[in-house]
Amino acid sequence: MHATFSYPKYSFIPSEEQRSGTVRRHPVVVIGAGPVGLTAALDFARKGVPVVVLDAEDTVSVGSRAVCYAKRALEVWDRLGVARRMVDKGVVWKIGKVFNGDRMVYQFDLLPEPDHKLPAFINLQQYYLEDFLVTEALKSDLIDLRWLSRVVSARQEADHVALQVETPGGIHTVEAEWVVACDGAKSSVRRMLGLEFQGEVFKDRFLIADVVMTADFPAERWFWFDPPFHRKQSALLHMQPDNVWRLDFQLGWDADPEEEKKPERVIPRVQAMLGADTPFELEWVSVYTFQCRRLERFRHGRILFAGDSAHQVSPFGARGANSGVPDADNLVWKLALVLDGKAPEKLLDSYSDERVAAAKENILNSTRSTDFITPKSEMSRVFRDAVLELAVDQPFARSLVNSGRLSTPTTYADSPLNTPDGDAFAGRMVPGAPATDAPVERDDRSGWLTEALDGRFTVLYAAASDEMGGPVPAKVAEALDTLAAGPLPLAWHAVTERRRGIAGELVDSAGRLRERYDLTPGSVYLIRPDQHIAARWRRFDAAALSAALNRAIGRRATGR
Amino acid sequence: MAKLMTEQRFASPDDVYQLLIDSHRDLTPDQSTRLNAKLILLLANHIGDPEVLAEALRVARQGVE
Ligand SMILES: Cc1cc2nc3c(=O)[nH]c(=O)nc-3n(C[C@H](O)[C@H](O)[C@H](O)COP(=O)(O)OP(=O)(O)OC[C@H]3O[C@@H](n4cnc5c(N)ncnc54)[C@H](O)[C@@H]3O)c2cc1C
Repeated sequence: MHATFSYPKYSFIPSEEQRSGTVRRHPVVVIGAGPVGLTAALDFARKGVPVVVLDAEDTVSVGSRAVCYAKRALEVWDRLGVARRMVDKGVVWKIGKVFNGDRMVYQFDLLPEPDHKLPAFINLQQYYLEDFLVTEALKSDLIDLRWLSRVVSARQEADHVALQVETPGGIHTVEAEWVVACDGAKSSVRRMLGLEFQGEVFKDRFLIADVVMTADFPAERWFWFDPPFHRKQSALLHMQPDNVWRLDFQLGWDADPEEEKKPERVIPRVQAMLGADTPFELEWVSVYTFQCRRLERFRHGRILFAGDSAHQVSPFGARGANSGVPDADNLVWKLALVLDGKAPEKLLDSYSDERVAAAKENILNSTRSTDFITPKSEMSRVFRDAVLELAVDQPFARSLVNSGRLSTPTTYADSPLNTPDGDAFAGRMVPGAPATDAPVERDDRSGWLTEALDGRFTVLYAAASDEMGGPVPAKVAEALDTLAAGPLPLAWHAVTERRRGIAGELVDSAGRLRERYDLTPGSVYLIRPDQHIAARWRRFDAAALSAALNRAIGRRATGR
Repeated sequence: MAKLMTEQRFASPDDVYQLLIDSHRDLTPDQSTRLNAKLILLLANHIGDPEVLAEALRVARQGVE
């Protein structure tokens, strides 16, 4: 099918090690060039770590898969220099509407706050997303992308992992100090290690049809319970680029997936939704069953699982790729520091702890949505229908209507890497939270806070008052310069209200940064390479800062 | 922590009981089930406190299985 996209075909190029029959040991091998593996590879390259990426196929994701990407994933891709193409090509949206029958019962706005660099959500076919990521990866000398290279076995040794890789040129061995397994929901690495992937399968089937049409529906997410065109089941309509629309019809458990995929079954359903006189063409059709499952832990010795290989959710809420990308974001800086000998190996356990917590949150949300859409018992259906009935006139009931709670980033509230607050702060920027964006000017150019959070540790220092010794007192500047020149990658910025001529200063003329971080003169934030808050204080204290930094890289905090 | 109030609170208990029963008059069992579900949602929201609700559910479930 596919009238709007032609799949790239990447060729298999035998590696030097395969041709010469030598076994090389690489610092990092990423298995799987899906959204998560490619994101990890780009991030390793940014950090100067050479990386081999092995993928069993020779093209991008085929057919109808992910559509919606959330602001947090876009921020990660922005840091890696690829978000612009995605946003330019994608459909930007933030409004969702939920209908029961033909009445709207609920509407949500995903970005109620102005002044963020990136939109709340974009819609983009997964093949475009991967195409853009591959194009970017091919630009880097540090990324060695190998197509038609299927990992068929993995053996852990004391100081490395030995992988057998099957290619058109035969099977050969590749060694890696560390392996990042991003080989998707059916992960063969998971199977090789004999790990359980526990959770539940939902007894329901969904027809996903991507259709091409010119229509004047708005760029919003429309979800129906019991619509007139598809009685007693749910349906979804969502815009993608190239005049492609994602349609989703709930079919029930008894539906025959093969029958339901036939055009003669699909076309009438689509016509009923769009109206008989709306011309369209089928781009792709599939029938899915959804599940919510995860590994108990994401680190197994020298093998780290990320993305769908570690956790799988139903698509309601768009929490798949949107949580796999933050896995990569969380892991790569830690592994880079470990490889560099700057952080202890146990820092990698915090990857598992933090991202398992995120996976639990995503699975909880996804399970609740799926239970609302596909009630598991008669009484659960009675309550669901009662909510929908009440929601028409009763505002309180609208908050219970659950057609998918869309992906939001996880705050690592209980992470051992956080330094708990000693001083009082208002707002959402608690230790463990992802740093929220704000407009700032830098070197007379308008930009964004997230652009300053460039993959290193970052210290923000809110300019002090004159009584405190000028915007950045000499002792503070000296201590921060010393840290920045130290072994850990770190940058610091003064946050000023107007231009003060301080090197690297972020001018917060709109006051958003001060407002969102509850800054007062002299406040300090320590932000991790993955843009999560590590610590904050009302007053600068060099010893406290260096203790927090140690704690954030998994070393016992000293001096406290 | 708010507590579930289980002491007698009705000025006229028989009137309240009749109100509940009358509201189901002429309904099929399915319709009654629907009414009950909507009523529970309305009252749960009125209570607001999930701890009170959880306590009420616990007491209600006693002896059911
Ligand atoms: C219908 C549907 C709708 C969805 N909608 C959304 C959405 O709106 N938003 C969202 O965020 N997510 C969505 N998702 C989920 C999203 O598609 C996945 O979460 C995402 O693809 C996971 O990325 P990944 O890189 O972890 O794995 P994958 O994309 O599965 O990539 C795994 C890669 O590993 C390779 N591989 C596998 N085994 C081996 C091996 N042995 N050796 C070498 N390579 C191997 C494969 O070739 C593949 O390229 C949706 C999914 C579905 C099915």
